[in-house]
Amino acid sequence: MLYREAGDFKTSYAKDNQTFPIKFDRVAYYILLVVAFGVVPFIINDYWANAVIVPFLIYAIATIGLNILIGYCGQLSLGTGGFMAVGAFASYKLMTAFPEVSIIIHILLAGGITALVGMAFGLPSLRIKGFYLAVATLAAQFFLVWLFNRVPWFYNNSASGQISAPERSVFGINVTGPHVDAWAQYMICLVFVFASAWLARNLTRGTMGRSWMAIRDMDIAAEIIGVNPLKAKLTAFGVSSFFIGIAGALLFTVYLGAAEVGEAFGISKSFLVLFMVIIGGLGSIFGSFAGAAFMVLLPVLLKNILVGALNWPTDLAAHFQLLIVGALIIAFLILEPHGLAQLWRVAKEKLRLWPFPH
Amino acid sequence: MNTMTENSTVGYVTDDGRQIGGTIMEMKNITLRFGGVVAIENISFDIHEGEIRAIIGPNGAGKSSMLNVISGFYHPQEGEVWFNGQKRPSMKPFEVAALGIARTFQNIALFKGMSTLDNIMTGRLTKMKAGMLSQAIWWGKAAREEEEHRQKVEEIIDFLEIQAIRKTPVGRLPYGLQKRVELGRALAAEPKLLLLDEPMAGMNVEEKEDMSRFILDVNDEFGTTIALIEHDMGVVMDISDRVVVMDYGKKIGDGTPAEVLANKEVIDAYLGVSHD
Repeated sequence: MLYREAGDFKTSYAKDNQTFPIKFDRVAYYILLVVAFGVVPFIINDYWANAVIVPFLIYAIATIGLNILIGYCGQLSLGTGGFMAVGAFASYKLMTAFPEVSIIIHILLAGGITALVGMAFGLPSLRIKGFYLAVATLAAQFFLVWLFNRVPWFYNNSASGQISAPERSVFGINVTGPHVDAWAQYMICLVFVFASAWLARNLTRGTMGRSWMAIRDMDIAAEIIGVNPLKAKLTAFGVSSFFIGIAGALLFTVYLGAAEVGEAFGISKSFLVLFMVIIGGLGSIFGSFAGAAFMVLLPVLLKNILVGALNWPTDLAAHFQLLIVGALIIAFLILEPHGLAQLWRVAKEKLRLWPFPH
Repeated sequence: MNTMTENSTVGYVTDDGRQIGGTIMEMKNITLRFGGVVAIENISFDIHEGEIRAIIGPNGAGKSSMLNVISGFYHPQEGEVWFNGQKRPSMKPFEVAALGIARTFQNIALFKGMSTLDNIMTGRLTKMKAGMLSQAIWWGKAAREEEEHRQKVEEIIDFLEIQAIRKTPVGRLPYGLQKRVELGRALAAEPKLLLLDEPMAGMNVEEKEDMSRFILDVNDEFGTTIALIEHDMGVVMDISDRVVVMDYGKKIGDGTPAEVLANKEVIDAYLGVSHD
């Protein structure tokens, strides 16, 4: 009863095909947009921005990217950290080489460069599948981190080997560097998240998305229908890496400010984003958001409970936090292997009838 | 009775009075080997435009291999494949699809994670030309194209009477319906030549009757040329215009169902030979 579909008829294919075909969903989506763009910037503070919301938004972009590759196209990748590093270092080199160009353009270009790198590392996918491909992309991860560590040109020969983001502004408002307001950080990430989700949704619902999913579900049948496997797999790697590159660039410029490649973009980052994809739900844009939120929020929540409410010592709480997150992931995957997106789908099914049994 | 001679390019008239066109596909002396195993040995046959052509034979006769040669999965060591009056160079399956050859599989090969609608929409892939950018912003050609092709797909859905399962993920559908969706996916490409690999395998009598009706309707309404492999002899004799019989990679018979049934070699292959 709360969640009504009855009486919601479609009279054109375009209406039947829209992202939120049910009126209730559509209204909820518009309210969410208004709150995200119109309310949150005015109430956000440094703690919320730094601990929760900005990392959530940035990881949401990376998760959407990886979800396109794994969830939609079925190509396993463990190179996410390396590709994020490409985005970060590309944006760093561009920002220092062309300081007069807007940072927005730099971030987009960084995404483009990462897309090219991703496509290059995606070439083996034409020959190898599944776990073997995962190992090949793992090689990409280690190679890229090694490259950014060993070639001083990438970090402009700085003594520490670190890269740090110079101060940049959009419309006269600082978005990077030490003097930046929480709401400005939030807004630039939000704009990128919104654009990424919108683009990803459009790409996955059209011809391209269908050819990706066809390759994922049955590659032989896909080929017989006319899907060029080379094109489908490489575009998936390209689009996926584009989003991951943007996430890497934002993580470095807006969130971290300074980064050392092994620490910020190591293998653990690849796994973190992979967990977000799996927990959120493969092949779902909503799931990408849910997974990112789960993995970012849960440690913060646990820390607040253990240290804040139960007065545990910080180091003990930190260890237990890892244990609990790990256990929860396992428990969760056993209970709902298709992720939060599936949980949401089931909840919607139930809500259609609630509170009546039939 | 038809008056056609072998390899003729002129059509003929079937028993039930349908006019069949000239040759659309011709296999010339095809030999396919896997290492030392000869799967197909020097086989030639042709398929005329608008006819229903059956390929039959005992298990392991090389029927599916022949279909795989036509659709580009296997590349024969010897022989030529002619399509639409031209010799076809060695092609990948997706290039063959673009020529207008669609097929279904012996074991259902649907995209299990996608809905019926999306499966059939995927069948129209070769006809959709919108660029990546247009799709990304869902503006102009991509959105327009999606609607036009949805229209066509809905016609196929109506034709196959599967309106009710439009939005159902195909993994959840029963076997008979999955076969029907797979036929729909192949039809969506508006193929010149439709290859069906055992379209009725594992079906009960009612489902077989439904499927036979759909095959005849496709041939009748869209004028699609159909080549099919089938084990149910009753069905084959009923619906096909001409039959190729294979055994151990060789062609042992070719002609109308009646001719084939009277062929001694065919009877031997199917019933066994007495050795006295």
